[in-house]
Amino acid sequence: MPEPLRLQGISASAGYAEGPLFNLDRGPARYTGKATAGEEKAALKAAIASASDRLATLIETADDEAAGILEFQLAMLEDDALTGPAFVAIPSGVPADMAWRQALDAEIAGYETSDQDYFRARAADMRDIRDRVLRALTEEQESAAPAGAILYGEDIAPTRFLETDWSAGGGIALRAGSTASHVAMLARSRGVPMIVGLGVVGLGSSPANPNGLALLDAEHGGIVLAPSKAEIETFRRSSSSFAARRDKAEAYLAKPAVTRAGTTVRVQVNIADPSEVDGIDIATCDGVGLMRTEFLFGKAPPDEETQYRAYRKVLEWAGEKPVTIRTVDAGGDKPVPGFTVEESNPFLGLRGIRLSLARPDVFRVQIRALLRAAVHGNLKVMFPMIAVTEEYQRAAALFAEEQAGLIARGIAQKMPPLGIMVEVPSVAIAPDAFADVAFFSIGSNDLTQYVMAAARDNAAVAHLNSVRHPAVLRLIAAVTAFGLRAKIPVSLCGDAGGDPASIPALLEAGLRDLSVAPAQLAMAKAAISDVAV
Amino acid sequence: MSAFAEATVLITHEVGLHARPSVKFTKLAKSFAAEVEIALAANGPWFDAKSIVKVMATRAPKGTMLHIRASGEAATEAVGALAELVRRDFDEGAGHARTA
Repeated sequence: MPEPLRLQGISASAGYAEGPLFNLDRGPARYTGKATAGEEKAALKAAIASASDRLATLIETADDEAAGILEFQLAMLEDDALTGPAFVAIPSGVPADMAWRQALDAEIAGYETSDQDYFRARAADMRDIRDRVLRALTEEQESAAPAGAILYGEDIAPTRFLETDWSAGGGIALRAGSTASHVAMLARSRGVPMIVGLGVVGLGSSPANPNGLALLDAEHGGIVLAPSKAEIETFRRSSSSFAARRDKAEAYLAKPAVTRAGTTVRVQVNIADPSEVDGIDIATCDGVGLMRTEFLFGKAPPDEETQYRAYRKVLEWAGEKPVTIRTVDAGGDKPVPGFTVEESNPFLGLRGIRLSLARPDVFRVQIRALLRAAVHGNLKVMFPMIAVTEEYQRAAALFAEEQAGLIARGIAQKMPPLGIMVEVPSVAIAPDAFADVAFFSIGSNDLTQYVMAAARDNAAVAHLNSVRHPAVLRLIAAVTAFGLRAKIPVSLCGDAGGDPASIPALLEAGLRDLSVAPAQLAMAKAAISDVAV
Repeated sequence: MSAFAEATVLITHEVGLHARPSVKFTKLAKSFAAEVEIALAANGPWFDAKSIVKVMATRAPKGTMLHIRASGEAATEAVGALAELVRRDFDEGAGHARTA
C-alpha cells in the first residue's frame, strides 16, 4: 500500500501551519562506559546536575503555566526516591545510562498504566526527565528544528516545546500524544497548531517526503504530506481566514445555535478520547453526537472495566445531555492488531459492525460496558457501517442477551436507545427498511466516499469527495424526510457538520441536528447564524 | 523537643493531588525539620510527604480524605500548615484545574 498523503488525527490545538517536516524521533546517542562504578556514579550525578541547571534556567524566563510544569520536573530530579534506584544499580555492574533508563522506565510505567487520564498524561513529563538526563550523559546536543517547521514524532517533550522558537510559525503532529498533555495545554494557550493520535500508520520513520512541505490543518485535525498546488491554495485560504473566523465565532460559542430565520439547530460535539471533555464547557453544546471508541482499541481490545470507566466519565460530564457512543468502528483505515484482518480493500471489507458481529467475544465485552455505563447518564448507542436490517437485529439481540446476563448477576444496567449510522448507500437509499431503529446518524465522510467512489485519503480524487455533490445531498434530504415521517430523529456527525461551507446545504436538506469537532463548535454556530433557512 | 501531630483534610482540587499541587505540598513539607508523612487511609500505608515521587504515587483524586502526620520538631505547625494548604485548594482557582 503506498504511503497515504493525507492523514487524520485529533485536533489538540486549532490552527494552521505550513512548513518542512522535522523528525523528533532520533535514535539514542551512544554512551561510553567508565572504568569504575565510582566514575559511573559521578557521571550520572553530573548529568542530573546539568539537567537540573538547564531546567532552572528555563524556569527563569518561563511564564506561570510553563514554570509550573518545569518546577514539577525539577522537583522530581531533586527527589532521591526517583534517582536513588539508579545509583543502587551501578555498583552491581550496570552502566550509568542503563541504570538511569531502567529506574525511570519503572516509574514511567506506573504513570502509563494509570486509569486516570491526568496521571497517564504525566508520563510524557517523566519521559522528558529521562531523556534530558540521558542527553546530558551522552553529551548529545539536541538538533534544532528549522524555523517554521512541523515537528512530528511519537510524542514531544514539554521542554522541547518550550525551547522551540514558535515566532516563525510551525506546528506539531504526533502519532501518539494526548489532548490532555502538558504540551497540548501549552500549545492551546500559545496558539501553536497541534494534532495528536495520527496512529501507527503513516508519518512513519521515512515519510513520503521527508524534508518537503507539509500542510498541518489543526482546525480539522489533518495533515497533508507532499501537497498538490491546488491543495496548497485551498489550505492558504482556510489558513488566512482562520484567525478572523475564530475571533468572530467566539461570540457565538456560549449561545444556542439559531439561524437568521430563527430556526433552532442542535449542535453537539464529536469526541475521540474521554479526556477531550476536560477542555469543553458542557453549556456550549447540546451533548455528544459521536463518541468514537477506537482509541480504547489502540493496541489490543480493552477489558470491560477500562471501557466502562471511559464511557462513564463522559456520561457524568454531560449530565442530562445525551451522549451517543458508537460501537467500535475498527477496520478500514483504523487497523487494530489482534482484531482487524488484513484485506486488499479494507474500506469495502470486514469493518464496523461487520467485524463486531464476526467477533462476538470482543463485541460482548463492549456491550456489557455500555449497559453498565448507561445508568450514569443519558446514553444512546449506535452501530457503524450497517448495510442491512439483519445486522441491526443481531446487534440488538446481543444487547438483550447481555442485559439478561447482567440482571441475572444483579449488576446495575440500563438498555440505551439503539440507533444506526447512515453511511452505507443501501441505508441512505432505502431508510424505510429501518423503521424500528431509535435514531439515525448520518456519517457524511463515509457516505460521501461510498456514493462518489472516491477515497477520503487519496489526494488524486479529492475533487470528487464532496458532501455538496447533489447526489449526496439528495440522499441526506431523503433520510431526513423519512425520519420526520417515521418520527425517528436524524442527526449528522461527519466533518461536513462543522464545515462553514457545507452547513447551509445541510440545513437546506432538512437537518436540524449537527455534531462537530470541539474546535469547530464556535465557528459552526457562527455559520448557522448566517443561514436563511 | 519531640512531638507528634496528626490531621485529616478533604482534597477539593478538581484533579486531586496532581503535579503543581504536589510541588507546593512537598516544598512546604521540606521547610519543616520534622518527619512528615501522608496516607489515604487512617491505618496507612504512609508515604514520605517530602518526596514528590511518593506524593504523586498516591494518585489522590478529588474527594479523598488525606491523612497527614508528623513527628519531631514543630510537628504541630507542619501538620497545620500542610492541612491549610490543601484546604486552600493549593492556592489555585477553580479555573486552574483545566490548564495546570
